[in-house]
Order: sequence, then C-alpha cells, then structure tokens
Amino acid sequence: MSKSLKLFGGTALGTLAVLTMSVNFADRNIASFPDNPAVMTAIAAPVVSSGLISAANASTSAGEGKLGLGRAALPEEIAAWDVDVSPDGTGLPVGSGSVEDGEMLFSENCAVCHGEFAEGVGNWPELAGGEGTLANEDPVKTVGSYWPYLSTAWDYVHRSMPYGQAQTLSTDEVYAIVAYILYSNFLVEDDFVLSNENFLEVEMPNADGFIVDDRAETEYPIWRTEPCMENCKDNVEITMRASVLNVTPEDEAAAEAEKVIEAANAVTETEAPVEEVVAAVEEPATDAPDPELVAAGEKVFGKCKACHQVGEDASNRVGPALNGIVGAEIGAVEGFKYSRVFDEMDGTWTEEELAAFLADPRGYARGTKMSFAGLKSEEDIAAVTAYLASFD
Amino acid sequence: MSDILKPSRRAFLRGSAAAAAGLTAAGAARASGPDPLITETQDWAIYFGEGVDATPYGLPIQYEADVVRRNVEWLTADTTSSINFTPIHALDGTITPQGCAFERHHSGAIELRKEDYRLMINGLVDTPLVFTYADLERFPRENHVYFCECAANTGMEWAGAQLNGAQFTHGMIHNMEYTGVSLRTLLTEAGLDAAGDLSDKWVYVEGADASSNGRSIPMDKALDDVLVAFKANGEALRKEHGYPVRLVVPGWEGNMWVKWLRRVEVMDGPVESREETSKYTDTLADGTSRKWTWVMDAKSVVTSPSPQSPITHGAGPLVITGLAWSGHGAITRVDVSKDGGKTWETARLAKPGEKMALTRFYLDTEWNGEDMLLQSRAMDETGYVQPTKAQLREVRGENSIYHNNCIQTWHVKPNGEAENVEVS
Repeated sequence: MSKSLKLFGGTALGTLAVLTMSVNFADRNIASFPDNPAVMTAIAAPVVSSGLISAANASTSAGEGKLGLGRAALPEEIAAWDVDVSPDGTGLPVGSGSVEDGEMLFSENCAVCHGEFAEGVGNWPELAGGEGTLANEDPVKTVGSYWPYLSTAWDYVHRSMPYGQAQTLSTDEVYAIVAYILYSNFLVEDDFVLSNENFLEVEMPNADGFIVDDRAETEYPIWRTEPCMENCKDNVEITMRASVLNVTPEDEAAAEAEKVIEAANAVTETEAPVEEVVAAVEEPATDAPDPELVAAGEKVFGKCKACHQVGEDASNRVGPALNGIVGAEIGAVEGFKYSRVFDEMDGTWTEEELAAFLADPRGYARGTKMSFAGLKSEEDIAAVTAYLASFD
Repeated sequence: MSDILKPSRRAFLRGSAAAAAGLTAAGAARASGPDPLITETQDWAIYFGEGVDATPYGLPIQYEADVVRRNVEWLTADTTSSINFTPIHALDGTITPQGCAFERHHSGAIELRKEDYRLMINGLVDTPLVFTYADLERFPRENHVYFCECAANTGMEWAGAQLNGAQFTHGMIHNMEYTGVSLRTLLTEAGLDAAGDLSDKWVYVEGADASSNGRSIPMDKALDDVLVAFKANGEALRKEHGYPVRLVVPGWEGNMWVKWLRRVEVMDGPVESREETSKYTDTLADGTSRKWTWVMDAKSVVTSPSPQSPITHGAGPLVITGLAWSGHGAITRVDVSKDGGKTWETARLAKPGEKMALTRFYLDTEWNGEDMLLQSRAMDETGYVQPTKAQLREVRGENSIYHNNCIQTWHVKPNGEAENVEVS
C-alpha cells in the first residue's frame, strides 16, 4: 500500500492503491521458516524487566491467589486445540506430502484465490514470486520472498486454510500443499516430498531479513524533544491532495445513508393502520417463498459461501454459481468444470434431489470434489433450498 | 426533511452558501423574519411521540443514519477478511459506542454462545485448565478504558494523501471501557511454577474463529495489564468485537487483541504465526523488516473540521477538536497548527490524559474565513512528540504499511470544505 500513493500520476491509481493495501488486509497468505529459536529467546529477554514477573513467580510458587475455579484440561482436549507449530518444528505432526500431490490439492483448494501458480487472483494474496523485491518501491511479499519460517506456512495452512473451509485438510495434505508452495517459489524441485523429518532442512530466503523492534533506539530519542511552537518553517506548500486520487468512498456512503433514511421515512409515513399491515404479511400469495425460511436459508448458505456464489454477479468459484439451480439440469452450470460423477449424472435438481445431495454430498455423488460434509438438519436443507430457489 | 439528513458534500455546500449569505460583521446574525419553527406550532408540540418499548434496544435516531462504520471496498478481496472504519469525524468525547466501533475480521464475525464458550490455559503451567464463561465471572473483575488501534490505521497514507476523511485515514480505532479479569489472575490460577524463569517466557493467545488468529505476547506484558474482557461500555461485547470474550492488550496493536479468545498457551518462545511474520511487520528502506513492533506510538488527528465534517457556519467562533492517544501512557499535551506547522498553539484537553486511552482535545478559536492547513501534534508522558510524515520516512523509508503515526494535515478552504493534503 505504501506505494499506492506514489503511483498517483494516473487514473488507474485507485486500483493500484487498492491492490497494494489489499495484500495487507486480504490476509490470506502462507508462510515460512526460522532462524535460531535460541537467539530469539535471548532477544526476547530484554523485553522483560519489571517486578511483575518476580511477583508472579513468588505468588504462584506459594500457590497464593488461586480460587480453585475451572477444571483440569483433558489430554485429548489439549491435543484438539493445541496444534500451533513453532519455528523449531515443535508441534509438527508426523506426516509427509509431495509437490506432485500438492499441485493437485492446491488447484482444488487454493487456486481459486491464490491462482494455479500461487500468483494470487485479484485482491487475494500471492504466495509465490517477489524474490529480491523487498528493498524496491513495491516489495512483493510472498512465502518465498518474505516469510522467515516454514513453520508459519505449515501452521497457517493447517489451522486457517482453505479460506472458509478451515481445518478440513489432513496432515499429509497440508505437507503436500506447503511442498507445492515451496515449489512454486523455486525453493524445491518437482520431485520434493516435505515431511516432519526434513522440515527444518528447507532454507527460507528471508530467514535473516528481520530485526526486533528498534524504535526505542532509532526513533524515540529523536522525537522526545521540546517541540517548536513558532517560526517552525519558512514556508508551507501543499504537495499532494487526496482529491487527485479520488478513491474515497464518501459519496456512495452518503447516498446509502440517504436510502436508509428514505426507507425509514416511507415506513413511518405510511398511514395504513398496523392491523392491515400485519394482515397483508400474514396472507402471502400461495407460491411466494416464505420470507422467514429464505432468511434462515441465507444464514445456512454461509456454510457454502467459501466455494459457491449466488445472486447478482455470481460466478463460478471452487464450486459452480448457483443462480437458478433449483429445477436446473444436474451438472450443467455453464463454464464449470465438474467432477466426473456429475458429468455422468442425468436428471434435474428437484427439491428432493437437492435434499438428498445436501444431506450427504459424498454418498449421493461418489467422487465429488465438493468437500462439504453435508447438512445435518432437514430444516437447514429446506431453508437453504428455499433461499437458492429465490434466485433465478 | 430529507435535506436535513443529508451528510453529503452537496448538502453541505448548499448549507454553507446560506450561512455565508447570512453572515454579518456585527457578530450575532440578525433574523430576516420570524422563524416559523418558533412562531408556528409544530407537530411534535401537539401529538404524541413513541411510547416506551417501541424500541426495546435503542438505536440512534434516523437523523444520525450517516454516522456509521464504513468500508473501503477496494482495500480487500472480501468483507469476511477486511476492515471498516469508525466515524470519528462525527463523534465527540472519547468513548466509542460499540455499534459504530470499527470491525476487523480475518474470517468473519462468528456467533459463539456463552454456553458454548471455553477458554483453555495450557503449555508450561502447573495445571492446564478449562474455564467456562460462568467460571470467568467468578474471578475478581477490573474496569479500564483503553483504545484499540489497528496497526494499519493511517496505513493508506504512507506514500501520500489518499483518503478524504478522518474516518478513513484514522478510523481504525475505538476506545471503550472494558470489564474483565486480568490475564495474570488466570495464569496464576493455572500456576506458573512449571514455567520456571518467567523472564524469557511467552504466552500464545488464539481465537476460536476459522482464522484461528494467534499472537505471541512476552510474559512481562501478559502479567502486566492484559485483560480477558467480556463487557465493553457496560454491556456484552458485540459479536464483531469478539463476543463473548476477547483479549485486551493495552497500548499494543489491535491484531493482538484476539477476539473469541479460546486458548492461552505458556511457551518458551514466540510461535511466529502468520500475523506476526508475514503481516504486522514493518519493512524498512533497505528491505529488512522490523518485527514485534507491538506498541502504538503517540498520535493525534483533528476530527472536526475535517473532510467529512466541514465548517458550515462561516467565519467567527470555531471549535477545532480531535483525538490523541499513546500506547506508551497518558497524553500530556496536544498542539494545533492552522498554518501547516509554522506556528502552534496548545489545545485544551477535555480532561487529563489517561494511560492508553483516547484523549479529547479542543481549540476554541476564531476563524477568519481564510484557508487553514490544520494539524495536531500529540505529546505523551514519555516526552515523545508525534512526528511528521517526513520524519517517519527518513527513518523507515516508504515501504511501511503499519504504524503510521504521522501528523495529519487538513486543508480547510474559505467555503469551509476540508481536504486531506500533504504539505512540505
């Protein structure tokens, strides 16, 4: 983002600015590997100092201050939640995965946002490339060019990815995807297999590229001074204006607010007695969808959104766009590359068929790429079907 | 009626033209005729208003509908991993109402019931523990007001003036009164003997949402003022701020204030998670990057007048106001310049600065109706003076994203409009 501004000069500025900052917020990246953990600990030490620690040591060793609240965590509970992986490999489970498998898994699970070659799609983070750009005007920060520890990449893919389907990958699948990300950064060969055993052997190019916060030495002494109050500079020129860029969403926002207000006014200014309004709501046309069911379905659809879009501008993502899906021919959304099972299936997505599929996707369509486990409740299935049926 | 409601610049321009026309040198404006709002009996003086319970949980009146969080769509690929901005240009005082306090999610705002909430303390502790929400309510509670600022606040302004409004340049901040249990209390309950020497230990804190956002915090800070909070401004946290329980890490960057807090692990070293390596690190001009830049340095901004809060009354008495804060402690002084930093006057603090909390400042002044280049400059109790963007660039280069605490400039024009500018 920082760069964004420099690009100004032109019209495309908005977009460029957008792209740079987006990397920071889009928030989805993957990572890399450590320097020496012992060193880090040593560095960390000076952070500490106050009497708090000795006080804590003293009080806990005396067992003071305990209220006996909570209960002991069970080993299986700790195992379920404590899955973080440290730079020295602590926490890494036994397993392995190849670049070859990773390529396929990446294509199925990650490429929709990160691109087939981890180059990033739109505002989504690029995971590969950018080597040697960190001192440039527009550094490209990827797993290969920036991330210091491989453990970060493994940990992040394992716990937080795929986006909207977190924690659905197996250990070996995570190894494979991370291997592929390394490969896409030219850090390993195409026959590489990453495992817990060779994990620490992978060298991350930017492992030594970080220093611990040094503002206390490099900045604070400069700025802890008595500030100037008069004649602080000879003259002041405006060197840049935000309006030149024109990327502020101000007017749209104001327009939106007006709409909200107008809608509110329309309601309050209606003279219709309350009873009539209620009556109107209670007698829907026979074929009209139940708005409550549709609303409930919209909520259920949250589980599908990571892979499917529906509504205006919906396009194929990991899964096909779902406009008009209820009543449509099975496996026929234009432009979507289906699993073979759907290519070979005939029939129509009636409400019944859809219900059977949603209850048990992999049982209904053996071999489907759709990794979703299914909807357990019939109400949820009815709701999401009603929701989908509301889009032509 | 809808004209009154319009916060837009168009409406503002109409309003200020009228104000300018009515302006007289004599000071108090003279009425051109009786004001019908006074001489004619208004509907609200005749008929009932709404009864109690019309709105069981009250929301702002419709006329304030423009005072809302706003998103900058082009910033992110998707709203589930994104940020929006507090309308600081339209607020006063220091406490941010929860409903308009900025949101920042990494995987969307989840809905987690108190009954389903669990907090685990594990790692190098004597007894790994699990707490329910009800357990947390039985520990001694504390109340503190703290600001929470995203490290990327003002990040879009690094390379030059970009977004036209204090909401967008400085709105990744909120300030609330938190109620919670100190993290020290919970760590003590689990016992820290097993950790041995605490001076080189860390805690790793992690959220329950799909992003599993996690950060490493040195033990010294963890035992100092970190709070496990379940109330904000007197009521339950909003889901977008981590209901039912979030971490409060006073003075440190917002990303560490883990929402939906589910686990605290005492560790030998930092995890070096994604959010503390690939993000929230600061690349310098030579390509090396600072990490562990946790503290938010002293900063301030004039919230009004500002691009979204123009002057609509013409020359004469003017209240210039803004916010100041520091992650190092209390704000002790704020200076305001009307000429882009040539001369400064010291503003009035609404009340003495509080540690790691927003401070409101006012400059009660007289506007001559001419161009102003408005700036504010905060000082904190360590003597730190908020730097200019040029000073920051000199040390850091222009590739930084986070921790931009530079002095902000608004160009206020004779018609009262204001624009985000950069000055020499």
